[in-house]
Amino acid sequence: MSLRAHVVVRRGSLTLDVEVAVGDGEVLAVLGPNGAGKSTLLRVLAGLLLPDGGQVLVDGHRVWDAAGRHVPAHRRSLGMVFQDHLLFPHLSITDNVAFGLRSRGAKRAAARAAAAPWLDRVGLAGLGDRRPGELSGGQAQRAALARALVGDPRVLLLDEPLSALDARTRLTVRAELRRHLTDYAGSAVLVTHDPVDAMALADRVVVVEDGRVVQTGTPAEIARRPRTDYVARLVGLVLLPGTGTGAQVALDGGGAVAVAEEVAGPVFVAVRPESVALYLARPAGSPRNVWPLRLVAATPHGSVVRCDLAGEVPLTADVTATSFAELGLAPGADVWASVKAGEVAVYTR
Amino acid sequence: MKRLLAVTAVLALAGCGSSDGGSTDDEVTGTVTVFAAASLTDVFTDLGEQLESEHPGLDVQFNFAGSSALATQLTQGAPADVFASADTDQMDVVTNNGIVSRAPSLFATNVLEIAVPAGNPGGVTGLADLADPAKTIALCAPEVPCGAAAEQVFDAAGLTPAPDTLEQDVKATLTKVQLGEVDAALVYATDVQAAGDTVQGIEFPEAEEAVNGYPICTLTDAPNPAGALAFVTLVTSGPGQEALAAAGFRAP
Amino acid sequence: MSRAGRDGGVPAPLLVPALAAVAFLVLPLVGLVVRAPWSEIGPQLTRPGVGEALRLSLLSATLATAVSLLLGVPLAWVLARSAVRGRSLLRALVTVPLVLPPVVGGVALFLVLGRQGIVGRWLFEATGFALPFTTAAVVVAETFVAMPFLVISVEGALRAADARFEDAAATLGADRWTTFRRVTLPLVAPGIAAGAVLCWARALGEFGATITFAGNFPGTTQTMPLAVYLALQRDPDAAIVLSLVLLVVSLATLLLLRGRWLGRGVTSG
Repeated sequence: MSLRAHVVVRRGSLTLDVEVAVGDGEVLAVLGPNGAGKSTLLRVLAGLLLPDGGQVLVDGHRVWDAAGRHVPAHRRSLGMVFQDHLLFPHLSITDNVAFGLRSRGAKRAAARAAAAPWLDRVGLAGLGDRRPGELSGGQAQRAALARALVGDPRVLLLDEPLSALDARTRLTVRAELRRHLTDYAGSAVLVTHDPVDAMALADRVVVVEDGRVVQTGTPAEIARRPRTDYVARLVGLVLLPGTGTGAQVALDGGGAVAVAEEVAGPVFVAVRPESVALYLARPAGSPRNVWPLRLVAATPHGSVVRCDLAGEVPLTADVTATSFAELGLAPGADVWASVKAGEVAVYTR
Repeated sequence: MKRLLAVTAVLALAGCGSSDGGSTDDEVTGTVTVFAAASLTDVFTDLGEQLESEHPGLDVQFNFAGSSALATQLTQGAPADVFASADTDQMDVVTNNGIVSRAPSLFATNVLEIAVPAGNPGGVTGLADLADPAKTIALCAPEVPCGAAAEQVFDAAGLTPAPDTLEQDVKATLTKVQLGEVDAALVYATDVQAAGDTVQGIEFPEAEEAVNGYPICTLTDAPNPAGALAFVTLVTSGPGQEALAAAGFRAP
Repeated sequence: MSRAGRDGGVPAPLLVPALAAVAFLVLPLVGLVVRAPWSEIGPQLTRPGVGEALRLSLLSATLATAVSLLLGVPLAWVLARSAVRGRSLLRALVTVPLVLPPVVGGVALFLVLGRQGIVGRWLFEATGFALPFTTAAVVVAETFVAMPFLVISVEGALRAADARFEDAAATLGADRWTTFRRVTLPLVAPGIAAGAVLCWARALGEFGATITFAGNFPGTTQTMPLAVYLALQRDPDAAIVLSLVLLVVSLATLLLLRGRWLGRGVTSG
């Protein structure tokens, strides 16, 4: 394990008590509502904040423990991407990206030379002489990513990296971020309140509620088998990878989904559980998306039942408890599921 | 005898620009503003208190500063009742501006004296030491009467002074000596006396070459002519002259 | 912010007091210019004391500002960024020279740095050198009254600056000193420049502490304000000319600096 931490922070009425473990090349998403302590956790992992208890280990070395050992942030091998990019406004983009190298002793020319290829990698070639104020939100965030990665850090921390971007930019930057995270060899921790980020970018997800971990697992596990109502409400959707042609997406695992707009290339298909309708017999009607699936598990949460469906197009569906009972559903039952094409969300991958 | 002196004083001052001829003691009330040279600080303050005790309801306010600063203020229109200068040059400035319609009268004279801090740490013996660049010396700026007199005594002695600072009035000069920050300074004999134990005085013969005459006068636009006259009368009369003598001033 | 289309009118309740303020501040300067003895300005300007006093004033004010920057910027950082205890007390102490009458400041400097002063006496006994009545004393007096302006300005700028940039620098491997040099200082540079200008202007106009502590001697300690004060007693025309010179030099310097150093900071900060 490359990063292991047990973090306890007491602040006013909130107590954060979280354990995380992230392996090499793994991306862990910390998902939770605002105020849950996610950013605090990240600052502790960065060494910017001293917790009240626990320990933080990187590659087996203690960088912080309650006995007084503390490696300050500037001596850790890490890169951090902030919600507001925090590019230094008085430096050019190239100098921003080169900053980490220069502060560790590199000469200016060498640092700039090392920064140039990174600008290319994040798609900012030729913009190196601009100031951060002259860049768009998406460009600035990409520059921030390059700045964090240029020093080849062991740990990459991302604090709500997409939250400050507008919806359209978020899509493109998320797709690029996914590529870079896949290439990144160290341990990455991504903090977000948006479940789509967690689903699209993470290998494993940790859901934090009221300062405690309420569930951990892969994105799919969490969506399918939410352990608490909160998790269910937060994360109901499953992302299915596929390839789009016209208004149709061929899923990687087999099966096809009709979508409302024209798409092309690698995409994610996402369906919210509440948009899925279940029938005992094949329905005749307008929806073009109708599949025969098997009910594998059913978990009640309040007045709805979260149904875990397996088959051609694996889905989760939320059905009212009344309907569930009236349909006489039980694990193992064969059902037909349908979703309107307009209620299927598609994201570039 | 006192009465005779008072009458004489009134007659002598009749030409000094007072609009009321004679005023009784009962009418002396209100505020009297006196602009006086810095060297008169202690003795005039005492005289002011004496006048206030003689005339309940009278408040004597002083503005003590370098005579040249006072003259400038008066010519710029500062309201005052009485002006007492440390030399006739500054009084001339005021009379030439038409604020004083008659000739002022001399009420005292003063001579310079070398002042050294208690214990004479600089080992000063006479005027020649004030021409020694190695010593730290304070003089009055030549624009003020004390400085003008200093220039005259150095001329008379044939010396070139080597001051390290030229202060804007004699009290500021004296303060430097009292603080022990200079080896010697040229101030008035009255200042040496007023400073008591903090300062030692060294007399020198050339001082007689520059005797400052102190004139006093009421002003034509005085807001309180009765009070002005009362103060000037006190200064030039027996009690006033005694107080001046006790402070080290010489007779006019 | 585009100029076109922006309604720039001033509401009447603000316009009248604003005009009154302008008149209040500008009329005395206009008076100086109008009443100046223009016919004799040549001879007045070339009198020996004028050049000396001006040179001394500019030199001492600049030195005082340099000392204030060297000492004041670190102090401002401590007040704004560190967790040292007693900072509010420290801040109050540092701003005392602002409310102290300058003459009182001069006397206080005497009591500490004079020949008989608490600290000065050691210097005098060891080397025979005393601070009063020297040009160095002028710089000390001016620094004493002007440095608080710089400290307060810079502290304000540091507080307003986003501390998260310093977090970002730490994650990029910069220790506190490197962060200060390469991130904090450049970010607050406009604030430091503004504080330095304020400090320089205050030092240039200093009178009370200078005349009390440094004394008055042409060429060594007689700065322009002292020269004006003494000239006023001897020759008001000379005083007006000296005042005009000081006014012109100060205005020119302030306008020059605002254009070059503060322009960017003012529009972006």
